[in-house]
Amino acid sequence: MQYLWRTPGSRTAPEEASPIGPPPLEIRGLTVAYHRRPVLWNVDYAAPPGGLIAVVGPNGAGKSTLIKACLGLVPSVSGTVEVFGRPIARQRRLIGYVPQRESVDWDFPVSALDVVAMGRYGKIGWFRPVTRAHKEAALHALERVGMADFAKRQIGQLSGGQQQRVFLARALAQEAQLYFMDEPFAGVDAATERAVLQVLRDLDAAGRTVICVHHDLQTVSDYFDHALLLNTRVVAQGPVARVMTPDLLSRTYGGRPMPAPAAAAEEAEAS
Amino acid sequence: MMPDVQEFLQIDAPALLAAVLACAACALVGNFLVLRRQGMMGDAVSHAILPGIVGGFLVAGTRETLPMMLGALAAAALAGLLIEAVRRLGRLESGAAMGVVFTVMFAAGVVMIEQASAGGVDLDADCVLYGQLETILWLAPKGWASLADPAVWAALPREVLTLAAVFALCVALVGLFYKELKITTFDPALASTLGIPAGLFHYGVVLLVAATAIAAFEAVGSILVIAMLIAPPAAARLLTDRLAAQILLSVALGVLAALAGYGAAAFGPMLLGASHSLNAAGMIAVASGLILALAVLFGPRHGLLGRRRAVGRLRDTSGFIAPEAQKP
Amino acid sequence: MIDSMFDEALRILTFRSGFNSAVVVAGTAALGLAGGTVGTFLLLRRRALVSDALSHATLPGIAVAFLVGAALGLPERSLPLLLAGAVASGVVGLLTVQALTRFTRLTEDSAIGAVLSVFFGLGVVLLSVIQNLELGGQAGLKTFILGQTAAMAQGEAIAIGLLAAGAALAVALLFKELRVLAFDPGFAAVQGWPVGALDLVLMGLATLVTVIGLQTVGLILVVALLIIPPAAARFWTDRLPALTVAAAVIGALSGWLGATLSALLPKLPAGAVIVLVAGGFFLLSFLFAPARGLVAAALRQGRLRLTFAERRALTDLLDGRPVEGSVALWLRLRGYIRDGALTPAGQTAAQAAARDRRLWERFLADYPALLPAHANWGVDPIDSVLPGDMVRLLEERSAPS
Repeated sequence: MQYLWRTPGSRTAPEEASPIGPPPLEIRGLTVAYHRRPVLWNVDYAAPPGGLIAVVGPNGAGKSTLIKACLGLVPSVSGTVEVFGRPIARQRRLIGYVPQRESVDWDFPVSALDVVAMGRYGKIGWFRPVTRAHKEAALHALERVGMADFAKRQIGQLSGGQQQRVFLARALAQEAQLYFMDEPFAGVDAATERAVLQVLRDLDAAGRTVICVHHDLQTVSDYFDHALLLNTRVVAQGPVARVMTPDLLSRTYGGRPMPAPAAAAEEAEAS
Repeated sequence: MMPDVQEFLQIDAPALLAAVLACAACALVGNFLVLRRQGMMGDAVSHAILPGIVGGFLVAGTRETLPMMLGALAAAALAGLLIEAVRRLGRLESGAAMGVVFTVMFAAGVVMIEQASAGGVDLDADCVLYGQLETILWLAPKGWASLADPAVWAALPREVLTLAAVFALCVALVGLFYKELKITTFDPALASTLGIPAGLFHYGVVLLVAATAIAAFEAVGSILVIAMLIAPPAAARLLTDRLAAQILLSVALGVLAALAGYGAAAFGPMLLGASHSLNAAGMIAVASGLILALAVLFGPRHGLLGRRRAVGRLRDTSGFIAPEAQKP
Repeated sequence: MIDSMFDEALRILTFRSGFNSAVVVAGTAALGLAGGTVGTFLLLRRRALVSDALSHATLPGIAVAFLVGAALGLPERSLPLLLAGAVASGVVGLLTVQALTRFTRLTEDSAIGAVLSVFFGLGVVLLSVIQNLELGGQAGLKTFILGQTAAMAQGEAIAIGLLAAGAALAVALLFKELRVLAFDPGFAAVQGWPVGALDLVLMGLATLVTVIGLQTVGLILVVALLIIPPAAARFWTDRLPALTVAAAVIGALSGWLGATLSALLPKLPAGAVIVLVAGGFFLLSFLFAPARGLVAAALRQGRLRLTFAERRALTDLLDGRPVEGSVALWLRLRGYIRDGALTPAGQTAAQAAARDRRLWERFLADYPALLPAHANWGVDPIDSVLPGDMVRLLEERSAPS
């Protein structure tokens, strides 16, 4: 018995992604407001199938809110979100989610393996226990992020980067078609950055779609295929080569002239 | 000086059994309150059931247990919904939301009791607070030998049977929904994206706490219920980093507190030569507090003294302080 | 009979029903006022339930003080001694909560719950000791649990009133400091404010209100005086001075009305009635306050959704996309569409919506830095939010070239 909550009508299996099918994610007219102040305003977006997509924008641009609204975690004022052509509530099995690291209590009494195994719960369903097969799948996911040695560790005893890799392994264990990741590169060490990147490339190679909030403009073009420039509304979208231009970026970042990448790198080193 | 066997079996054994079962059930479900940072929900619910108890009593017109329990359960459900409504719709922090709801409901219960007592009804807020552990009697057994007779066991007091049933219910539900409870407690957002109704589990936990509190309060009083919902799981939380171990340990500590507290209350004064016993429910709460204090001081990894040793060791070996040892 | 009761109520409410009941009512009102003012800062500091641990933790102190009084051979129960005991063990409880949250991994809710129940359990054990010792004057001890205004002597009521007024005055004097503490303790510390000492003052004031409230409302419900008035006031305003005054007024009104009702009608224990009156104020505020009340918020949210749905549907129709469902029904009701096509009024509205959207988009693209200065941007018609010359500028820029 799967977790088919609020979806009594959806007895059929969710559709598999196909190159000519509906886009992995289609957002139409999405507006989210706190009180009466819009955080996202009339966002329209269709993600191309397969590929790594960066959501880029300044602080307070609504990047995390966009992901949460897509997942139905925050209420929207208007608009629709469809995943592979259907409302998200019917496509939960196709979706993986990597929240920001601060969103959970890392003091919680679970091991890294337990957390990764949570990614399998959607496949296990009600009442059935976590079997050995699922634990092995979870362990395999930990191996892919280089964390197999830490499987039995309580999660609070891991470093920040290791915690991020555990979250990533959990998403891998979900075996989803479409992944939402909220700043997986934020504040991690070099080893974790490499591990995260490798996972992204593996997912890309397997034809999955990954939508990733990303804050580091320097690496967008290296790590991602597509970018969505967001500042409350969609400023630009498309292949990174076309949208990561100084003009579009300065329009995204509040009209300020953007430093050229080299200058920005010097600035970062100086600070 | 030892009390004789028959007296022990008729007076102390049923009270002990009730206390042990109540403590075990409360400690079991209390784990999820403590981990959800909802520790005060036990306090709120066990106060908020008062108008339900009085209402059930007034509607049924008897001191039968069932209508009072149903009334209490309804009141607890109402309290859970109201707290969520005030917290979300009113945008108040959950502590304030609980404080508003449970005090108003308890006040309503107090007024209802006073009004009802006008009609010659005898119901007392005291018994809700302290319980009546001492009045649970099991008249059937006459000695150790009589325990072999099934009829004697069939005559167990109703409070003990109710508590046993609720404890079994708690074990069954926690066992059945263990992994869902775990994920909705740890990461409700992920649970929602997987299609597990995190909100429903919140109310489920509140209702299970309420059912446990209601079954227990009659025997041990609401104060002991609050102590048992929090102190044993909190102590276990300081002793282990694994959820399953924490749950088992908290139940064991709850049982230990029940035995130690009841023993101290019933037999302690006698050993000192006094003739009266002390309030057992209060003493069990004190015992659970002592257990928590010991865990705080001597817990192996998170205890204050244990941690100091660990920090010292790390300093000795590497001059480096582990991140978790730095946590204030 | 009704008339005479009404007269009586009027006399008590206006303090003309004998000096004693007037003093009790005034003392209770002062208590409510103090609870509201002190509670405001507890609420903003997210410490509301700490006061619950505090009030429950007073019981063992009261019991010990009673035993000490008996050992000293005091003939009657001495209220100052009992309240001193209450303060002492209340403070110990408070410090235990803080130690547990600071030095262990336990969260505040667990610490509060553990302290509350264990201290109260200890108090209950001590009460059973007192009962067994068969000392005189112990009957009054239980009134501390549920409270009893009728037991209040005139002198006690005056003392309570004065202490409560003093607590409110202290909040007024320390208003600026407490505001900094409640809003941003980290900033306050960096600015050189003695945050620890201020916190101590705040908790000291909470202790004072709790202890003087014990007799009136009892230790279970006294926490309501600190929580409910500020929580109710929160729905009316977002400004701290107004919030504090509103909480004080709601608290004082609750105490005043509650004590009066309790004196007037039989079988209405004052503590519970005061809490119920405060609860009534809370319910009214929660539902109907214009600033943050439920009805107002729901109406605002509904209107917002409807506005967006309507605009989207209108622009869709303008672009030749069909519109179905409840939105279509709504547009028909408003006379914007007939037989699936826009009416003249609908044309006008649709063009206005399209223009608004185009201009807001331009504004967003050109002046994102100006957004924070304009509440309701993108929601209300642009002409009602931005000055005329700015709108004209945007129109020029967004004109199809």
